[in-house]
Amino acid sequence: MISEVRLNQTLVLLLVAVPLFGLIVDQPYLVTLATRVAILGMAGVGLNLALGYGGLVSFGHAAYFGAGGYVAGILAHHALNVEPIADWPILISGTTEMLIIWPLAMLFGAALAVAIGALSLRTSGVYFIMITLAFAQMLFYFAISWPSYGGEDGLPIYVRNRFPGLNTFDPLTFFCICLALLMLVLWVTSRVVGSRFGLALQAARQNAERTTSVGIDIFRIRLTAFALSGAMTALAGALYADLNRFVSPSMLSWHTSGEIMILVILGGVTRLYGPVAGAGCFVLLEQFLGGLTEHWQFWLGLMLVGVVLFAKGGIVGLLTRRPADA
Amino acid sequence: MTTLLGIRGLRAWHGHSQALFGVDLDVGEGEVVALMGRNGMGKTTTIRTALGLQRPCAGEVSFGGRPIVDLAPHRIARLGIGLVPEGRRCFPNLTVRENLVSAARRGPWTLDRTRRLFHRLAGRMDQRAVTLSGGEQQMLAIGRALMTNPRLLIMDEATEGLAPLVRQEIWSALDTLKSEGLAILVVDKAVGQLLAMASRCVILEKGKSEWSGPPDAVSADVAGRYLGL
Repeated sequence: MISEVRLNQTLVLLLVAVPLFGLIVDQPYLVTLATRVAILGMAGVGLNLALGYGGLVSFGHAAYFGAGGYVAGILAHHALNVEPIADWPILISGTTEMLIIWPLAMLFGAALAVAIGALSLRTSGVYFIMITLAFAQMLFYFAISWPSYGGEDGLPIYVRNRFPGLNTFDPLTFFCICLALLMLVLWVTSRVVGSRFGLALQAARQNAERTTSVGIDIFRIRLTAFALSGAMTALAGALYADLNRFVSPSMLSWHTSGEIMILVILGGVTRLYGPVAGAGCFVLLEQFLGGLTEHWQFWLGLMLVGVVLFAKGGIVGLLTRRPADA
Repeated sequence: MTTLLGIRGLRAWHGHSQALFGVDLDVGEGEVVALMGRNGMGKTTTIRTALGLQRPCAGEVSFGGRPIVDLAPHRIARLGIGLVPEGRRCFPNLTVRENLVSAARRGPWTLDRTRRLFHRLAGRMDQRAVTLSGGEQQMLAIGRALMTNPRLLIMDEATEGLAPLVRQEIWSALDTLKSEGLAILVVDKAVGQLLAMASRCVILEKGKSEWSGPPDAVSADVAGRYLGL
């Protein structure tokens, strides 16, 4: 057994150690793998706020992940082609500056989550799952039928976006950027979860009626959390687009929603670092098991069944011997 | 005395059957009203309907002179009604402190004052609610309602299933609240305690308020007819 704080520290150390080890043994692909873990972990942390702490089982978080990706892709596409996104009523041109792309991606993700949440949060249970899925699928089909931005073929980002003073082309530098943002997102989430807002969100998950009767407007609380969750996932999407230098509609597909959900459940629902552990496990399996068999997802599925049946707190819960919250 | 909670001709359904057929009930400022009646007579449904947790089919409910029937439950609660629900129901995975803070609104009831009222909670502030004993959970539920700084506290079967000693602690806490001038609407099976504490009793029979009066007017005949005593 290990304390949760110690486990979280170990996870971060591992995440830092892998790319450094990769550079030492001249295996630069390990840096890319660690970057992927940081980005997917961030998307998972976003979903965990809604799914774990809020009890809102969103099966449509690919919408925000993909939206973030498309914001990054579209802005870069216009900047590189030197053509404005719009020239009326005001001139809006593209950009390759990460510091502009990130807030825009987050803003767009949050706005999308508010729009989707405003409708879907009026339902619950299986209806909520289906409505969030339906919205994400709507966006997916919209993306594949939008030829200006690549349609089904996706949208390449020829040059990685820029960050002032840093060479984002260097894999380790880009990993550091992603890691720093992941830590920031984790810090924000820990602050939110411990605040009165976060307590009300968790209270609403545990007993909605009781929460209402102490004067808390659970719809507003949940919508705010959903928007925050969407913003975090969209930021991860923007980074993912930059990592691959490519945005494809598959980022919006229900497979992506499922993958983000799987890594949250695998790592530990309502565990702050759960999604990071889950993302690490997911990427490891994908990489090493995927090298042995193309049916690696069968083993992932088996593992997921094992976690759901025998370790409801996920990997983090198992190692810290703390079961999942109700 | 100014009326705080006013219920007139309340009719409501409980699932597929009508549970309330015309309930009239007033709670004045600083008054302790005991809502009495046998099981299934509509006490909890009256409370739930008054708080907006279910819709009435007819009748009026007002709080502080303002009609509240069409308000959302959280808005009604914010007007100043604190509910201690039947069956305790704290937020199990939040700590005692988090349970109290999550509901807190500005006013004279603070974490310190709540701790002073229930000494048992003071040493368990960082313990998760699910690990508390039944009595402690009930104290936490009352504390959480008080932290909303209500003008009216509604207690629905607050001492049910608790050990006699713990019950006594809760009744003495209610006495303290009464002496501080908080209006309380209380439902409980401990008729003796209710009669000792209440300034007025309202008895429900088959979903209607059949009898209302001061506790010393509850005769053996009334108790036998409506309360099965």
